[in-house]
This record gives sequence, structure tokens and C-alpha cells, in this order.
Amino acid sequence: MSEAESELVQSITTPLRLEYQYTAGVASTRFLRGMADGKILGQRCPQCEKVYVPPRGSCARCGVATDLEVQVPGTGTITTFCVVRIPSDSLDIDPPFVAAHILLDGADIPFFALIQECHFDEVRMGMRVEAVWVDAEDLGPTFESIRYFRPIDEPDAPFESYKEHL
Amino acid sequence: MRDVAIVSTAQMTNVRREQRRNEVEMLMPVVQEAVKRSGIPKGDIGFTCSGSCDYLAGQPFAFVSALDAIGAWPPISESHVEMDGAWALYEAWVKIQTGQADSALVYSFGKSSMGDVPDVLNLQLDPYYLSPLGIDSISLAALQARAFLEKTQYTERDLAKVAVRSRKSAKDNPNAQLAGDFDLEKLLAEPYLVSPLRVHDCAPISDGAVAVVLAADDTARNACERPAWITGIDHRIEPHQPGVRDLSESPSTALAGAKAGVASGGIEVAELYAPFTHQELILRDALGLDASTSINPSGGALAANAIMVAGLTRIAEVANRIQWGSIGRGLAHATSGPCLQQNLVCVLEAK
Repeated sequence: MSEAESELVQSITTPLRLEYQYTAGVASTRFLRGMADGKILGQRCPQCEKVYVPPRGSCARCGVATDLEVQVPGTGTITTFCVVRIPSDSLDIDPPFVAAHILLDGADIPFFALIQECHFDEVRMGMRVEAVWVDAEDLGPTFESIRYFRPIDEPDAPFESYKEHL
Repeated sequence: MRDVAIVSTAQMTNVRREQRRNEVEMLMPVVQEAVKRSGIPKGDIGFTCSGSCDYLAGQPFAFVSALDAIGAWPPISESHVEMDGAWALYEAWVKIQTGQADSALVYSFGKSSMGDVPDVLNLQLDPYYLSPLGIDSISLAALQARAFLEKTQYTERDLAKVAVRSRKSAKDNPNAQLAGDFDLEKLLAEPYLVSPLRVHDCAPISDGAVAVVLAADDTARNACERPAWITGIDHRIEPHQPGVRDLSESPSTALAGAKAGVASGGIEVAELYAPFTHQELILRDALGLDASTSINPSGGALAANAIMVAGLTRIAEVANRIQWGSIGRGLAHATSGPCLQQNLVCVLEAK
């Protein structure tokens, strides 16, 4: 057997492409339409009364439909955060930057967002922040209608106020 | 062995495309209804097992987000199979047999409409030689149908008769998607989709969800008047490469049927998961079913075929008939993989 014949095939390429028509769902559609209107819409669980933002249409704890819609403001509290120092191809932002869990006022589930307009060393748990929206003409049914969150001139929220939401 | 029965079931009405609701929103009312009908408090259910396929949703770990529909708090004992829900039911049955649970919730969901089903099912094939060829599930089924027709006395007319009967039966099934009276001669005059299969030989594309509750011994007896006892359940698989199998018959179904004790009594109803007409005939022969058995009174997969759901639905349909008191003994079958590669047979009885 010649050398070429005995050489193992190390890999093969089999291109694959699948296309999908995604269904956002009833609750997510309400949320995304709200984003296009510059509003943050959540849903309250009729059993445990927790407010989900963004809503998924169900309460993951109780397993019931969350059909009570509530609007929450764009202000909230950082419950936890991290400083990202690794560049990412999917983000057009240079490290270091802060990704934080933000508990919006009136919501019970924190969500993930970018913190800007302050040095990363200043970010802390309990810090009060507000949403910075894109210009009105650029609003759309997408999370990207909120560009990022920035600090507001308020005293830090006490740990007791968000310790259940870490 | 413990006595294990299906004590309740619930289904979503199958549709061609569920435009509004996502999987969680589809599943939640079905799960709630099955649990409510069982009479077992949700917190007392010992085990939860689901069957679904992330490729259908195009999202990794879609089955994890589906847990939002269950209310998995305090943390529950839970598992998942990347298969039809019939295999989730098998896992739950084993779990109950081991004594680790006295009851179980089993569910499955499938939004087949989001992607292209024949292309998605292509991924069941081996990724080196078959999948890259682009062969799809309908073409593979047509290869099987040709082998079956050439080897046996059956004809294309026999295939069309299966379609006519299935869709007529489906008129009595409120959860069916494709039901009605079809004219045999008109169907046979239609052009081929992939020869020798015509459109009527193929299952529709469906979105759906199903849930059942299993319980053991006195938990089952207390939960319902006529539990559908699982007196036999078995599943068997054939080689992965379709080329090494005799596609005109189904030895794995025959063996699973024998192990499940199909022949130890009369079978009043058989719900067979045959997404193609010729596959019903192959399955009937493999299970030794004759004219005394009513085949697919629900309409079967030819009336609604939510992928990952249709197998567990067959079990639910037989269980319903036992609970209603309309039959005493029936058989449910589920399949997975190209050309009936893997098959599960479940015998259900009133006692």
C-alpha cells in the first residue's frame, strides 16, 4: 500500500442548512410590540404574583398562564454583574464592558443587559440604572430598542430589596 | 412487576400551522388538563418525562424551556428523550417499575411546521454517507413502498384504501387535522409525489401536543374507574443503514409485539404510527393483525402527524377507549427513524 493510500481521512465537510419560521408566541409578541412603542411589558402570575419581564406566557414556578399584563418603568437595580474582558465577534463593543442582571422596578425576574456611560470600576450591586432607548424613529419589535442601561443619580438600593432576586 | 396504568390523557387539536402560540403556550393547557383529569395533585406526581426534538424548533435545549409549562418548582424529578413521547412513556414506566415513583407525567410537543420536515428528518441518517446526499424522509419511504409492493401482493389501490379509511375514521376524532370522505378512484388518478407514493399516501404536517399521566397499583385504581393497564411494552431497533435492512417487512415490530404479549389475547383496537400508507400494511403483517382488529379508529398519523407527538398519541387513543369502556384490550405502536427503523409496542387492557 502506498503512503497516500494508507493516509487516514481526518475530516469531511458536509454543509447543512435548515430554515425555520419562528413563532415568537403570544406573550413574547406582546413584549416585542411594546418595545416598538417604547414600553416594557411584563406579565404577572395569578398564583404567586411574580412579574415576569420579558414574559414567556407561563409562570415557570407555578406552571400556569401569566395572562395579567403589567407595564414596568425603565428604571431598575443591578442585582449582579460581570466585567467582560474578552472580545466577541457578535458584539460591536470593545472590552472591558459590564454585563449586568437588572431587576426592573416592579419586576421579579432580572434580565441581562449592558451597562454604559460609567467606568466599569464604578458598577456595583444595588446600583440604580435606567434604560437608554434608541431614537423614536428607530424603535422596533426587538430587544435592541433599548441600547443599554446607565446609572441614575439615586442612592443604591438596599441589599434586602433585591436579595430574593439574585 | 408493578401494575402500571394510564389514568388520564389530553391532546391539543392538531393544526397545519400554529401561528400564534409557541411550544410552551401550546403545551401548558394540555399538561394542565391531563394532570387535572388524573385527580393526582401536581405536587404528588413522582416523575416527569418528555419527548421532543430540538431540530424541529431549530433551538438547542428547546426541551428545557418547555419546562416553563410544567411549573417545575420545588425542583422535580425529570427527564427527557430526544424521541417521540412514546419512548418517554417507556422511561416513565421503567422508573415506576423500579419503585422510584408511583406516578408520572409524560408529555410531548412538536411544531413540525417551523422547518421543512423531510429535511429535518434527513438528520436522522448517518452524517457521513447518507445525510449529505440530501435524501429526504419521503423518498426513503417511497423506496420502502416500492420494495413492499414488488415483494407482496399489495397494490397502490390497497395503499389508497388505507388513506380513505383513515381519513373517514378521523371524522370522529375532534383532534384530527385531516378528515373527510375521499373517493378512491379520484385519489388513484392523482399524480405521484414520489413514485409509488401519492400525496394521500403521506401524513400531513402537523403542530400538536399530548400528555398522559401514569400511575401504579392503588394510585391508579383510586385515580380512575377504568385505568388502562399496561400489560406489555417493548421496543426494538433495526440497523441504522437502511441499505442493510429488508425494508418490505418490520422484524423489530414483530419482536416488540411478541415481547409485549400481543398474541396472548384478542386485539380489539390497534393504533399504529404509520406516517405512510404502506407502513400500516407492513405493521399489520408484522403484528399478525387480521380483520377482527379495528385499525386506527382515530385516523392515525395520516390524519395528524405532529412529529414526536404522534406515537404517544397512539397510546393515548387506545387508553381513552379503555377508559371510555368501549374496548377491553388494545395495542398501540410508535415508530422512530427512517422506514420504521425503531418500533415500540404497548398492550393496554382493562382489568
